[in-house]
Amino acid sequence: MDQRLERILPRVQKPARYTGGEYNAVMKDKSRVDTRFAFCFPDTYEIGMSNLGFRILYGVLNQMPGVWCERVFTPWPDMEEELRRNHIPLYALESGDPVGEFDIIGFSVGYEMAYTAMLNMLDLSGLPLRAEDRPGLTPLVIAGGTAMYNAEPVADFIDLALIGEGEDLLPEVVELYRRARRENWDKPRFLRAAAEIQGVYVPSLYNVSYHEDGTIAAITPLDGAPEKVVKRVVHDMDKSYYPVKTIVPSTEIVHDRVTLEVFRGCIRGCRFCQAGYVYRPVRCRSREQLAEYAQASVQDSGYQEMTLSSLSTSDYPELVGLCDDLEAFCGKNHVNLSLPSLRADNFSMELMQRLQKGRKAGLTFAPEAGTQRLRDAINKNVTEEELTESLKTAFSGGWSGVKLYFMLGLPTETDEDVLGIAEMANHAVHTWREYASNKNRGLRLTVSTSWFVPKPFTAFQWEAQISRAEYERRVKLLREAITAKAVTYNWHDGDTSFLEAVLARGDRRLGRVLEAAFRRGAKLDAWSDYFDLSRWLEAFDECGLDPEFYACRERSREEIFPWSMISCYVSDDYLWRQRELAYQSVTTPDCRTRCSGCGANIVEGGECHRG
Amino acid sequence: MGKLRLLFVKEGRAVYISHLDLLRTFQRVFLRQGLVLRHSQGFHPHPIISFALPLSVGQASDCEILDFEVNEDMDGAGLPEALNAFMPEGIRAVDCYIPVRPVRELARLRCRVDLVYDGGVPEGAAEEIKKLLLGESVVIQKRTKRKAMADIDIRPMLHSLDILEAPGLLTLEAVVSAQNPGMNPALLAAAAEVHLPELAADFVRVRRLEMLDEKGEIFR
Repeated sequence: MDQRLERILPRVQKPARYTGGEYNAVMKDKSRVDTRFAFCFPDTYEIGMSNLGFRILYGVLNQMPGVWCERVFTPWPDMEEELRRNHIPLYALESGDPVGEFDIIGFSVGYEMAYTAMLNMLDLSGLPLRAEDRPGLTPLVIAGGTAMYNAEPVADFIDLALIGEGEDLLPEVVELYRRARRENWDKPRFLRAAAEIQGVYVPSLYNVSYHEDGTIAAITPLDGAPEKVVKRVVHDMDKSYYPVKTIVPSTEIVHDRVTLEVFRGCIRGCRFCQAGYVYRPVRCRSREQLAEYAQASVQDSGYQEMTLSSLSTSDYPELVGLCDDLEAFCGKNHVNLSLPSLRADNFSMELMQRLQKGRKAGLTFAPEAGTQRLRDAINKNVTEEELTESLKTAFSGGWSGVKLYFMLGLPTETDEDVLGIAEMANHAVHTWREYASNKNRGLRLTVSTSWFVPKPFTAFQWEAQISRAEYERRVKLLREAITAKAVTYNWHDGDTSFLEAVLARGDRRLGRVLEAAFRRGAKLDAWSDYFDLSRWLEAFDECGLDPEFYACRERSREEIFPWSMISCYVSDDYLWRQRELAYQSVTTPDCRTRCSGCGANIVEGGECHRG
Repeated sequence: MGKLRLLFVKEGRAVYISHLDLLRTFQRVFLRQGLVLRHSQGFHPHPIISFALPLSVGQASDCEILDFEVNEDMDGAGLPEALNAFMPEGIRAVDCYIPVRPVRELARLRCRVDLVYDGGVPEGAAEEIKKLLLGESVVIQKRTKRKAMADIDIRPMLHSLDILEAPGLLTLEAVVSAQNPGMNPALLAAAAEVHLPELAADFVRVRRLEMLDEKGEIFR
């Protein structure tokens, strides 16, 4: 271990997250490796190591002979201070080598609030933040992940973005980079060639011009770059890589368990949900393979907890059968199986009840809106009856802690809808009184509301976020309407949701704002202790931009979005139709009931809803 | 139903794994190897597994002891090699056997405390520190469990001390009390820092070398 590191680690919190050396961490002989890949997660070790996508791509890259992929996370501020004070550059966990010496630096970006952490990591590595200030081919700075569906706010800092799923795409980009280095290409030549790969977006190959009012006038591809960068998807989940042999951290992380990904995509089509649209079409793993992976993963890791993961696990066609398979194995090996992302329907509750042994921790439901009218508008097809039935089952089955999640500020929301949330909560209390099997334990009912953030590639991408004052008024309205003592009401911090709304639909002019905010100390915006909106407002001021232009403005159908050069297959026409249906409170059936022609069926040759 | 004792080394990157995390890590190592630990009875059964003497985060050891129980009759032969295939870097099992002596007979620790001086060892430091630590009493302040500061005399817990000098390095080889009460060997360096501030080291490294009983014989 680096002697300088040895001296600072005793002074920082949770030093084990900065050492590497975990079971299954991939070590390679540097002399037999030609391409070093620093896989950067712009959040802490505990968050990054809990991310399945990060683990998948780590495994995929390390399968490539001659390539060594290592992990890098954002240091907590105490560690960052020690690193800076002792002039130790950010290093990768496996080898301990400085990130600045790597060939490719790849960021996994799931969330807009991580942008400044990206900048901080580049800065801690001693690299120039702006791509134009890194003229050489090496190091190449790339980024992928859900947030990159609109990469514009970080367009100035990255050389290219990977759109969609990375299992096939990332190795292709790495191979092209190796060829470019063998053949001594310069960076512009490499980027032009990379842009020919489906799913690669090279920001510097697009010229963006603006109208006087700040909206985009035109996006012009340069040097033969495609008009539309089309996302990549994995076609056959059974053939795609699954990290059976994966790193087991020696210190506790957020999701410290085997995560079994049962399918990708979602059949539901909730109109606010970006993941629901960009991960289309639905693709399932077979039950047999999942059972096999489950056993192998438990055996290899020694984990005694396992969770099924997807956007809506109740929609896995063979869920009962899979649970039968897993239950036998898990029971014998004392493995606890949990099923998050379940719908509030009877089928799911019965399953929960069957699997939950011993401790009955909290249950979480997300009705999202307080009235049936608004739930129809957002296409969240859960009825109050279904929720009540689920609660009956839960309370009579011994659960006493329930969380209900809602959003405030959804398009078309009225005060009646807001008050509907309080009614649902009161109703839940009544259900508990009537059905609880053990009233002595009391009821812990938590109602949480967030401030709706319109996202790109959703039916609500044209919407304005409601104003700060209006959000606060609705919070107050709801707070005063929730009277039952058993109910705790939490509402989401407004500052974060406002900035998220700005960045989610931001254009590339925000690069300057990001940099200015970073220089003012923004670096861990996803953590409320370290987030300060005033830095951002100052940064906007300095750059002469108005954050409300991005967050609180309704867009017209004709407006060119900053992300208009990206395609996730789902067409804007479809999304616009969905928006119109929302305003009529008309629902769209799920993909299995009827194909509604979103456009994602092209991927699977016109028939994607069989999964 | 077998009780077993595992002797293992903890060093390098693994020294930063905390006590609780190490407990979890070992439970998983056993499961990877396919060894089923005996579990406690009750509503929330947990595996029966315990460390003889918890090690501070940041310290290395050649002689950690882990007691555990298995459901089958076995003497532990071959187990260290089998387990080592499943360990994180820096943890290495060296022996496994059926314990005969109770942990309470573990009375002393032989340990090494490295005082690193970046600018070279100050003149006469070895003698000064030896004189201090082997004096009549060595009082330092220590935080008690109630979070107040209390004066404690560590001298009765220090049983022997040798100091070796190398360029930029003073190595204290000491035998200290292990428990009831025991002392953290790092306190030797802390005492030197408090009483001889001009001889404060730039960095202190601690390593446990051997577990001993009351008579100073090796404890297994």
